[in-house]
Amino acid sequence: MKKLSEYEVGERGVIRSVAGEQKIRRRLFDMGVTPGAKVYLKKRAPLGDPIEVTLRGYELSLRKTEAEAVLTEVIK
Amino acid sequence: MKKFCLVGNPNCGKTTLFNALTGSTAHVGNWPGVTVDKREGVYKKCAEPISIVDLPGIYSLSPYTPEEVIARNYIIDEAPDLVINIVDATNLERNLYLTTQIMEIDVPMVIALNMIDEVTKQGSKIDADKLERSTGVPVVAISALRETNLDDLMARAYEASNKKRSAKTVLEDTALMHLVGDCKIALEGQKVSNSLFHAIKLAELDELEVKAHPDSAKMVEEFKKTFNDDDFGSDFEAIVADARYKYISKYYSCVVSKTDKEKTTNVKVTESDKIDKVLTHKVWGIPIFLAILFLIFHMTFSEDLFYLGTMGVFDKEVLAYDQAGNVLAVTKDNFDENFSYYTKGGDLADLTFDDDGSLASVEAIPYVYTNDNKKVFLKEAYETENGRFFAKENGKVPVTVEKNDGEYAIVYDSAIDEFSSEVTINTFFGYEESVYSLGVVLFNTLDTFTGFLSACASQGLAQLNASEWLTGLLVDGILGGLFSVLSFLPQILVLFMFFSVLEDSGYMARVAFILDRIFRKFGLSGRAFMPMIMGFGCSVPAMINTRTLADQKERTATIRVIPFFSCGAKLPILTAVAGGIIQYAGSGNADVITYSMYVIGIVVAIISVILMRSTTMKGEVPPFIMELPAYRLPSFKNLMLHLWDKTKHFIKKAFTIILASTVVIWFVSHFTWNWHFIGDAEMNQSILAGLGGLIQPLFTPLGFGSQLGEWGWVFVVAAITGLIAKENVIATFGTLAACIVGAVIDTEADGGVSAVMQMINATNITVPALLAFIAFNMTTIPCFAAVATAKSELGSKKTFNGTLIFWIVTSYIVAATIYCVGSWWWTSFIFAAVWAAVITLIVLVNKGKIKFGKRS
Repeated sequence: MKKLSEYEVGERGVIRSVAGEQKIRRRLFDMGVTPGAKVYLKKRAPLGDPIEVTLRGYELSLRKTEAEAVLTEVIK
Repeated sequence: MKKFCLVGNPNCGKTTLFNALTGSTAHVGNWPGVTVDKREGVYKKCAEPISIVDLPGIYSLSPYTPEEVIARNYIIDEAPDLVINIVDATNLERNLYLTTQIMEIDVPMVIALNMIDEVTKQGSKIDADKLERSTGVPVVAISALRETNLDDLMARAYEASNKKRSAKTVLEDTALMHLVGDCKIALEGQKVSNSLFHAIKLAELDELEVKAHPDSAKMVEEFKKTFNDDDFGSDFEAIVADARYKYISKYYSCVVSKTDKEKTTNVKVTESDKIDKVLTHKVWGIPIFLAILFLIFHMTFSEDLFYLGTMGVFDKEVLAYDQAGNVLAVTKDNFDENFSYYTKGGDLADLTFDDDGSLASVEAIPYVYTNDNKKVFLKEAYETENGRFFAKENGKVPVTVEKNDGEYAIVYDSAIDEFSSEVTINTFFGYEESVYSLGVVLFNTLDTFTGFLSACASQGLAQLNASEWLTGLLVDGILGGLFSVLSFLPQILVLFMFFSVLEDSGYMARVAFILDRIFRKFGLSGRAFMPMIMGFGCSVPAMINTRTLADQKERTATIRVIPFFSCGAKLPILTAVAGGIIQYAGSGNADVITYSMYVIGIVVAIISVILMRSTTMKGEVPPFIMELPAYRLPSFKNLMLHLWDKTKHFIKKAFTIILASTVVIWFVSHFTWNWHFIGDAEMNQSILAGLGGLIQPLFTPLGFGSQLGEWGWVFVVAAITGLIAKENVIATFGTLAACIVGAVIDTEADGGVSAVMQMINATNITVPALLAFIAFNMTTIPCFAAVATAKSELGSKKTFNGTLIFWIVTSYIVAATIYCVGSWWWTSFIFAAVWAAVITLIVLVNKGKIKFGKRS
């Protein structure tokens, strides 16, 4: 298991669980960050944070602190 | 009239569809209580006219953002005849998530499968019929941008609106369905409509539902204790969200058939990706952003487009001629005072020289025509008694010649003639020395037009023999005030246009992405940057732009500090007073002073934000979980409709609150205490001057109060007239010079420096006090236009009043600090100690070490 915040650019994986404060977690769910969804770390912002991931066919940006709550399984 | 509403994700083309359906019938307002746009319009091509309401863009019907609550309450409480769920076909999976939630409400609906042309372009296919069969809801593939299939959509929508539709859920197969069923039965027993929707939201323990149906919520809590899912435990919210997405993947996503190429390459590189690679580049991302920003300001405010003038593109050789039209090589050394030099046009000319002796300018000596069409110079004309003169040949444009301060001047009989004598093509485009930017060209065009109207009005009133005060009230008070506010409109709109293009193209989301890291430190998100930087241009569009900020407290804090980013109209105050300081002190650099004042404004803004976010505007830094939409070419029609909305809004404001305030200020500056009208030159007897004198002692700690003596009120009065428009501050100095030295000083000629010098000489004000005066004007209540905007954007009256107080207090503290520290350096220790105490106090209170009152 690896936190989404620890991903390298170009790495991909499958979301296993989403933790965190309720409001933020609900927002993540609504944006499609749910267990089973495939993610791909597309890039980091020029200053290192936030990050941009490809998910369910679109681009989502989130901060590392928010990505920390997302546990994934890396696909090799 | 039937009522349809549009619901969909942000960036799915909802506004484009709305504009295409309603066209010119649309009008924009606010939803009650919040500043979220409420668009309404009428669609006329069905059997009966249909009112269309555009709901805010949302991803879900959860209760966490104001937009979501608005949309949800609207569909449930207002019971529209139909919901048009607009779905971005290029991103079906996430868009259908919202669809599954709307389906749970007992309301007729259709799905508008938008951007179908994009899908085809990408080489994919979507089977709309299949989607219709699996959802049980009519599906129409459309392109809102190209306006294809819209009539078909509306025809099917109209048909569907005549039938009932009962709610349906995709959660049938989940373990929670039993609980949902129980809740539903309980709610139906209480005669709650839309029972399925409420039951599901209850099962999710949704804040709003728990509050509305506390009894049933208890049932859910009980059930929760006994429930345990293998993956999610008893986290019902997660189970529901997961079930929706699972269902979508299983039944709906199969309607998309991809091309072979897409199947093999997992990550496709689109045009959008290529653009993005450059615009959010690790190294170049920030410089590119700064360059775009510079370009926008340059195109809006520059009077020397692309620096063509500075680069010398328009430089012309200065030549003098003799009477016969031969070019003469004149320098300072061989200049002959008794010789007659001529311009190229054959007029007698005055020559001036540069320091190095070369010819600097050749200007025609002004002349007028006599009755019998003879040219006479102004001096001669002035000395001729009882002469009638004309500005043009053949007795056209009657004028007289007067002498002011040793200079001869043409005085036009008619205000319209005077006006037209000054307008040339240069007024608009300025091609002589440089080219103006788009914003400046539009500004000059409007300015010339309003100038013409003023000239007509004053001539008309003169012909009617209207009294002086009535002319003053109508021309200077009402028209003058109105026009000075409207004069900002072109540049506001141009600035708005550029920023709308950035917003609609998808770049603005990337700017937030790039800058979030920096702004989080101040308790703001990256989105707050744009409105702040727009403040350098004009506070009005900047404040409206804060609508992109999701968090209300973040919005309030941002709106409050926007005026500290010194706008274009405040620049004349900076340059004129800085110029005065240099002349007065005899040394220094005006640019350094101007620049430092800008920096002070930014620093004050940052400090204020940090202070607010840790005291009255406390709150978590809002999350940054946000879609980065694909780059798109903005639609021209949308852009124009958007600008038209803003124009209507601004003009309405200008004619109501702004006009009223302007007339009040005109009145108090042109009437004495015993209601006697006075001209500009006697403003020292006005009510305003009296009031200025009364409140003058309040400004003593700022350096321009009681210590200045008899004329000290001029600074206070100037600051007040600055509320109409900040450039009035310096113009007021020019006018008030009439009371001091007997003549109005033209502040346009030298940027107001000599007017400031007159004020300095009359009051013996000190340099620190002048600096404090600049800082005060920069950070105090902005112009009426900005105040009116802040009022409508802030929503609640309480927040608005708080904002006014905040501006007054901030400007007072900043100016007092500058004056005291500048005058007595040792006071810096006192200020430092007070600040240290305040900061320590805030930190301790926030950490809970000190407690005030009863609040825990």
